Amino acid sequence: MYNARTEQRRAWLQASPALIWLGFFFLAPLVLILIYSFQGRADDGTVLWNWSLANYQKLFADGSFWRTLWLSTWIALVVTAITLVVSYPLAFFMATRSPKRRGLLVLAVMIPFWTNFLVRIYAWKVLLGNNGVVNRFLDQFDLGPLQMINNPSAVIMALIYGELPYMILPLYAALERFDWVQLEAARDLGAGRFQTFWRVLFPQTLPGITAGSILVFVPTVGTFAVSDILGGTSVNMVGNSLSLQFGSASNWAYGSAISMIFMLLLLGAILLYFKATREVNDGENPG
Amino acid sequence: MNTPTWAVELDHVTKEFRGSTAVRDVSLKIADGEFFSLLGPSGCGKTTLLRMIAGFENPSSGDIYIEGELMGETPANRRDVNTVFQSYALFPHMSVAENVAFGLHMKKINKADVATRVKQALDMVQLHAFGDRRPKQLSGGQQQRVALARALINEPEVLLLDEPLAALDLKLRKEMQLELKSIQQRLGITFIFVTHDQEEALTMSDRIAVMELGKVLQVGQPTEIYERPKTRFVADFIGECNFIDGTVLAVENGAVTLETDGGVRVVGTGMFPVAAGDHAVLAVRPEKVRLVEGQQPQGTNVFAAIVERVAYIGSDTRIIVRLPDGSPFDVWEANTVSTLDPNQYYTAGDPVYVTWATQNSLILER
Ligand SMILES: Nc1ncnc2c1ncn2[C@@H]1O[C@H](COP(=O)(O)OP(=O)(O)O)[C@@H](O)[C@H]1O
Ligand SMILES: [Mg+2]
Repeated sequence: MYNARTEQRRAWLQASPALIWLGFFFLAPLVLILIYSFQGRADDGTVLWNWSLANYQKLFADGSFWRTLWLSTWIALVVTAITLVVSYPLAFFMATRSPKRRGLLVLAVMIPFWTNFLVRIYAWKVLLGNNGVVNRFLDQFDLGPLQMINNPSAVIMALIYGELPYMILPLYAALERFDWVQLEAARDLGAGRFQTFWRVLFPQTLPGITAGSILVFVPTVGTFAVSDILGGTSVNMVGNSLSLQFGSASNWAYGSAISMIFMLLLLGAILLYFKATREVNDGENPG
Repeated sequence: MNTPTWAVELDHVTKEFRGSTAVRDVSLKIADGEFFSLLGPSGCGKTTLLRMIAGFENPSSGDIYIEGELMGETPANRRDVNTVFQSYALFPHMSVAENVAFGLHMKKINKADVATRVKQALDMVQLHAFGDRRPKQLSGGQQQRVALARALINEPEVLLLDEPLAALDLKLRKEMQLELKSIQQRLGITFIFVTHDQEEALTMSDRIAVMELGKVLQVGQPTEIYERPKTRFVADFIGECNFIDGTVLAVENGAVTLETDGGVRVVGTGMFPVAAGDHAVLAVRPEKVRLVEGQQPQGTNVFAAIVERVAYIGSDTRIIVRLPDGSPFDVWEANTVSTLDPNQYYTAGDPVYVTWATQNSLILER
């Protein structure tokens, strides 16, 4: 009993730097937002200390919030699905090169990180905007102008472009560890190409798929910069609502309530996703 | 007009990789139910040959037949052969039982039959208690058995094994050799077994193909390969061998007399057509040579020599003597008498005569 307790105490002690870090940078802001979400807005835009459920009541009745949430989810799902489908063959290609080539390819995937993300998004606007490079080129031939921005497609495209490395790298990491002889073993045992992929390669890359999907989905569903720059007023995502409430609308309490609901839904979705991917994996190998 | 079909027939098979030839013009006929070994040093093309039979590589030229059927570019999953990979290549995300069941699932066999056959297969390799484990939770020897069960459960016409025992320690390897052989005899499946271990090949095989640099040098039963090697490489690679270079002096009733540069004459059994004046080499295995002390024995192949080094290894004593021309010569004597008397064993510096019977030495191409 005594021993177990010292053991426990030592474990807490060893974990304490991490706990302090988490507490300071993660838990404290979270609690703060939780508290804010039950307050109100003073006329001067500061937080009015007045505990109530008003923000949540307003939120649940606010159709535009749910539309925003639906659009965000839909865009994030499309972006995640497309990056996954594009990245898998790419990561496969990378992982099957010689070790030297692999290093170069990983470097190539990371090159975009050397430029600020916002700069890259603005670059898309410069390219695709109504006065952009493409439209000016088309103008030479009396074509266009094409409306290529200020719609969900532009936002989706830019997000795919930006998030691709976050999908490729975990997939690549999973594939690089893979023992390729297994593919021959599967073929040898009578599996066709699809069965070999589905029963042998795919389940073993599932951790990479899960990691990549979460790494892409979470920032995408919460983005405000991309939808702001390339979506204009026609693409309103949750991030834009938040930015509005914490920014020009100056309603921190309402913004906090949006944050809380959004965070809870996201957490629920991720847990469900984990559960589902684990079931796919277990379904392949019961027992 | 019933032409005999072979389990596997290779007809002038060559495999070239960019710039190098891994397998050169190999023709082999492997009978049904045969335990056939491919033996040769690392890099001689054994794996490449096996991979072509399995369907992982296509020959650059030549044809492969399995059970009389031309394989052409038939993919691996549609060939009636299974492979035990050197690294086992078990599926780490599946249990042992699922690994073993994989081939049957691919054939869409119904669940109840799969369960019975998996149980039988695991019984066969004595792993019935390990079906629920993951491969990582097993020892190397157990993983090896899983790989074997996973392949054999499909009841292939031919089982291909690429150095399956190479990763096991000596004792386990010996056990598995016996076990593999008895399984093969019980099931009557043709085994094509790749190894670079000559002892393994000799103890297990019905026939052996000795390979070097992509070529098959000799095919034969273990006794043929060991006792009647056709080339110096085969004699040297299989077991130990002494070689004496010389020029043919005379050929008489198959007995060939060679003279060395130093003027010494040796006689052996001719293994290839020779005529006086040809260069050739006499090969004699160390266990077929006798040492005589004291009086010089009569007859051919007798040389005075000095004992240089003596290694007592229990069953045998291995002696290196030096011939008059200064070349070393290996002699193994079986320790047929149990004694501690040091006089019964040779010591360095002893003068001895080295001698062997003509029929025990072969005249090979240089
Ligand atoms: N995929 C390949 N590409 C190029 N060369 C290869 C390939 N596979 C084997 N080789 C070459 O072919 C030769 C025979 O190899 P291998 O069949 O693996 O020999 P073994 O199994 O007898 O050791 C070697 O020189 C090897 O380097
Ligand atoms: Mg090999």
